[in-house]
Amino acid sequence: MENIAVKTAPEVKKKEKHPVEKVLIICARGTLEDVYAALVMANGALMEGMEAKLFFTFFGLEAIRKGHSDHLHTATVGNPAFMPKVPTMLAGLPGFEALASHMMKREMDKLDIPPVSEFFEIIEASGGEVYACKLAADMFHLKQEDFIPEVKDIITVGDMYALAEGPSTQIVFI
Amino acid sequence: MSEVLIAGKAVQVNEEGYLTDMGQWDEAVACEIAEELNIVLGPKHMEVIHYLREQCQTGKTLNIRRIGKSGVVDIKSFYKLFPGGPLKNASRIAGIPKPASCI
Repeated sequence: MENIAVKTAPEVKKKEKHPVEKVLIICARGTLEDVYAALVMANGALMEGMEAKLFFTFFGLEAIRKGHSDHLHTATVGNPAFMPKVPTMLAGLPGFEALASHMMKREMDKLDIPPVSEFFEIIEASGGEVYACKLAADMFHLKQEDFIPEVKDIITVGDMYALAEGPSTQIVFI
Repeated sequence: MSEVLIAGKAVQVNEEGYLTDMGQWDEAVACEIAEELNIVLGPKHMEVIHYLREQCQTGKTLNIRRIGKSGVVDIKSFYKLFPGGPLKNASRIAGIPKPASCI
């Protein structure tokens, strides 16, 4: 009887809030929109007072390579949501992807979205951490000096999970 | 929206504690809101707060990039001055609406 009384007490019914305290964002893709998704989410987390860690792997490494960060493209072929009225054959013409990517970057700049390299500077200054995947770096023959200065370390998958330590962490895979 | 007493002054706030009329703001109100957020305001805080209010009055959307380029404060210091969500907390202390930017 006593147990039932405890269960129905109004203070037990009240929902406790458990806000996310940390995000670990894994970016395995190197297209403009995927990299920006990772950056916007990491920056957004920091702005909300959360911790944010970024882990780049496979083609995502393109985003953190010196001299490559600001030259990411969006796919115009195999991307049905991109200009749906443009035939795939046309979207595959030389220069089309570069032009489309350039136009997208111009629109982003109008909204005060920083270029990728500047976004990494902002995230680092805000306390965010950026890591590269060891396996992918080995595969692409990349070393620490090949990456932008914001990359803190090249780490294993085990180290990556250690970054997610804590009861209120969310892992996001892009 | 409700009316609350901050620093001995009746002000209108929304459900998240942001002032709904930035004209009801003064530095004493700022200090009391800051105290609630465990921040003790110094001259640098005030400089940033006045900058945010100026920007808000001109109708500009505030975001972290613009603040970093303002020349008033760099991003690292901004996070140190207003820990736990800098633009959100600074806006609340400045008596301006919650920033509606994703950047």
